Amino acid sequence: MFARFNGLPSSLLDDFWRLQQEVDQLLGDGLSSPGGIRSLPRGSYPAINVVQTPDNVQVYLFAPGIDPKKLDVSIQQGLLTIAGERSIPTDEHANYYRQERFSGAFRRAISLGEDIDAERVEARYRDGIVQITLQRRASAKPRQIEIH
Amino acid sequence: MTTNSSQVRISSGGVSSGEASGQESRNAGASQRERATEAALRAPVDIFETSESLVLTADMPGVSKERLEVRVDGDTLLLEGKVHFQLPEKAEAVYADVRASAYRSSFVLSRELDTEKIQANLKDGVLTVRIPKHAALRPRKIEVR
Repeated sequence: MFARFNGLPSSLLDDFWRLQQEVDQLLGDGLSSPGGIRSLPRGSYPAINVVQTPDNVQVYLFAPGIDPKKLDVSIQQGLLTIAGERSIPTDEHANYYRQERFSGAFRRAISLGEDIDAERVEARYRDGIVQITLQRRASAKPRQIEIH
Repeated sequence: MTTNSSQVRISSGGVSSGEASGQESRNAGASQRERATEAALRAPVDIFETSESLVLTADMPGVSKERLEVRVDGDTLLLEGKVHFQLPEKAEAVYADVRASAYRSSFVLSRELDTEKIQANLKDGVLTVRIPKHAALRPRKIEVR
């Protein structure tokens, strides 16, 4: 029954799944794991990526078509909350075939840990991505201990 | 390269460009293989139709005009975009909803659509493609007397 799928290059799919698993392993036990109490199912708007360096944490919010001035970004005790709204007007005289794009109010929260300096947070909006840069407090950075 | 493939110019209030099309056809074999191995995201879209045109809107955050390609190949509309954002050096991934760096979608167009007059506009990661219908093939309301 599935014989016609046998022609598919299986190594290609294997590669894909292996990559997916590796990414899951890499990200699974992060600061804000996919199973976190405030997390949203995948595919929610806006999508979020988080990366970190010893000095800062970068949060990328994939939020196309918003007015960044109306975005409410706040941080309290290491919990970053981003709230906003994207309203897509609908044309009454048009026939819609697909409406997959999110419209409405959204809120996302990410736990970033206690070492974030709430006074030094910057955000910029470009090509539909909000990039939030949060500095870590100096005391929380890993220190090199000298051995005498 | 197919003769009926055409590059759609994308406007965004800035300059327009079509430099990607030559590269596309020159290296078609290799780029197709690359595409097959790289997982692509499917952008969420809205599609609606009015009496004059068909309008497609796609969310493609992180795609700039230079990294976006809107193409008509025969009766197929292709949307391809590469995601780009600034990453600090030595960054370590902590969490990721978005796990691919490209968008790819295709749509089969119908005969009444005038692919010569497609307009594409990209703003803040939202692509709007407007395809007008051939004037002669627009639906006519027939009045019943």
